[in-house]
Amino acid sequence: MYTFSNKLRTFSFALIILGLLGVGYGFMTSHKSLEEVKMMLAEEASEHGGGHAEATTHTVVEGTHGTTSHEANVEEAHHGDEHAEHVQHQLANRPWSALYVAAFFFMMISLGILAFYAIQIAAQAGWSPVLFRVMEGMTAYLLPGALIVIAIAVASGTIGHYNLFVWMDPEVVADDKLIQGKSGWLNLPWFTIRGLIFVAGWSLYRHFSRKFSIAQDTAEDKSNFKKAFRISAAFLVFFIYTESMMSWDWIMSVDPHWFSTLFGWYVFASMFVSGITVLALITIYLKSRNYLEFVNENHLHDVAKFMFAFSIFWTYLWFSQFMLIWYSNIPEEVTYFVTRFGDYKLPFLGMVVMNFVFPILMLMNADFKRVPWFVVMTGLVILAGHYIDIFNMIMPATVGDRWFIGIPEISSVLLFAGLFILVVFTALTKAPLLVKGYPFRKESEHFHY
Amino acid sequence: METSKVIHAIYNDDDVLMDAVKKVKAERYHIEEIYTPFPVHGLDKAMGLAPTRIAIASFIYGLVGLSVAIIMMNFIMIKDWPQNIGGKPSFSYIENMPAFVPIMFELTVFFAAHLMVITFYLRSRMWPFKKSENPDPRTTDDHFLMEIAVDGNEDELTNLLKESGAVEINLVDKAH
Repeated sequence: MYTFSNKLRTFSFALIILGLLGVGYGFMTSHKSLEEVKMMLAEEASEHGGGHAEATTHTVVEGTHGTTSHEANVEEAHHGDEHAEHVQHQLANRPWSALYVAAFFFMMISLGILAFYAIQIAAQAGWSPVLFRVMEGMTAYLLPGALIVIAIAVASGTIGHYNLFVWMDPEVVADDKLIQGKSGWLNLPWFTIRGLIFVAGWSLYRHFSRKFSIAQDTAEDKSNFKKAFRISAAFLVFFIYTESMMSWDWIMSVDPHWFSTLFGWYVFASMFVSGITVLALITIYLKSRNYLEFVNENHLHDVAKFMFAFSIFWTYLWFSQFMLIWYSNIPEEVTYFVTRFGDYKLPFLGMVVMNFVFPILMLMNADFKRVPWFVVMTGLVILAGHYIDIFNMIMPATVGDRWFIGIPEISSVLLFAGLFILVVFTALTKAPLLVKGYPFRKESEHFHY
Repeated sequence: METSKVIHAIYNDDDVLMDAVKKVKAERYHIEEIYTPFPVHGLDKAMGLAPTRIAIASFIYGLVGLSVAIIMMNFIMIKDWPQNIGGKPSFSYIENMPAFVPIMFELTVFFAAHLMVITFYLRSRMWPFKKSENPDPRTTDDHFLMEIAVDGNEDELTNLLKESGAVEINLVDKAH
């Protein structure tokens, strides 16, 4: 049995408290008066030698953001006012978006590993059962994590000022034909109900698969394994539909005019590779604390192969989405990448280096995949890269060119990292770290590459 | 001649073969060659063969393929006959690069795969119409054959191989 060391528990609490303070600070300082925003803009304009650059990036952002469009050559004073209001709103969106990105990021780690776990059981994989309890521990975060994501989304449209999803704002919808056409799907009650259905389905699977897994430890026959096998197969069907819809709802709808048909797959790739990377990190951590004595470098090798393979899979989807839109160059589609290449050049292209070039070069060699510190270093870069991936999905729609990775963003990551560690490692203490009665346990222990 | 006589020990299971290889190696006999109907995972390590360098070769071939693709697309689409790609007549390589990425990928894979196979054939001294070196046709079906050099110790060796689970042991004179 695993015991949650006091040091790690204290560390997780420290992260949560530090995160809460930073998030609080972010919210306190994000409300600027119109005068303050105007002063700020005037300062920036004088620094940049005229507001020309400002105006060009601005016109790009507003299309996706749904504010009333205005010509570049309207009355100067009026334009200044409207622009300042727009920037004021973007500044207010920043702590919300930072919180939402981090909440989603940690939720998707859990959801990704839940799908991975279901695949292992449904495929009757022989190598991975020694890691099942680590995966089960990680999926414990799914229910709280996903509820937090829904809560933030709903709060932004109720107690907040429509800080994440512009389609929640009735004033925006009133002047927007496109969003009106989608309002049968994109409305707050139905959004919330859908979210709760997704989370309920995932959590039910997680609850029963965990229950069967623990029951199989002491069972005399294999009936629990068979049940787990059946519900895993059913869950995977449910998952691939709901995951796709979840990514439309929770991410793609921040740009309600824009759509991509492979978006669900793209988010799935990100979630899968992040989940597997965290699985590798937690496994290495537990081994370094002398747990998981039955896990050896052969298992690590296979996990690292998945990290490598799904990094490439992610790039494939990222590029497929980009290339088709770039090639056809249809205005309503291409705005998505125009904002990202305009205002987000560094994170957008930096992410490709972190999520593709780096892992492909680092993890290509078979021997490197078996060295724990190497996998840890690569894994941290991959995780940072996928955080930035989610960042790039949300931020351009909410804060536009007013982005920065500063106190609100880092604190939000710390907050949810602390919560994740607390929930996951508490769940790990609840059951033995080896699935004793699982039929493929022996095969997994003797797994040899 | 150094090894004119060899023993051919035939097995009918890859797990038994693996254990036998370990046993024979532990007794410090020299295994000349093993013929198997399919690749047996970990056999090279058990035999103590030097690690393969084909992965390094394949990486280099991949880079060659990537370079060929880059240069080829630059020549075809930009230099020789400038093309209007996707309604964006920039005639700049870097601006049209996304359109070439699938080709870069395909040629990387193509070069890596084909050159790797050719390298493998060359290193294994195989070419079309070459006469088979395989001593027993059953090793192309369901049997595994281990060839061990004999150096006046055939009795102990035969006993050892029998113990290790060989279904058939033949002494063969190689010097025809």
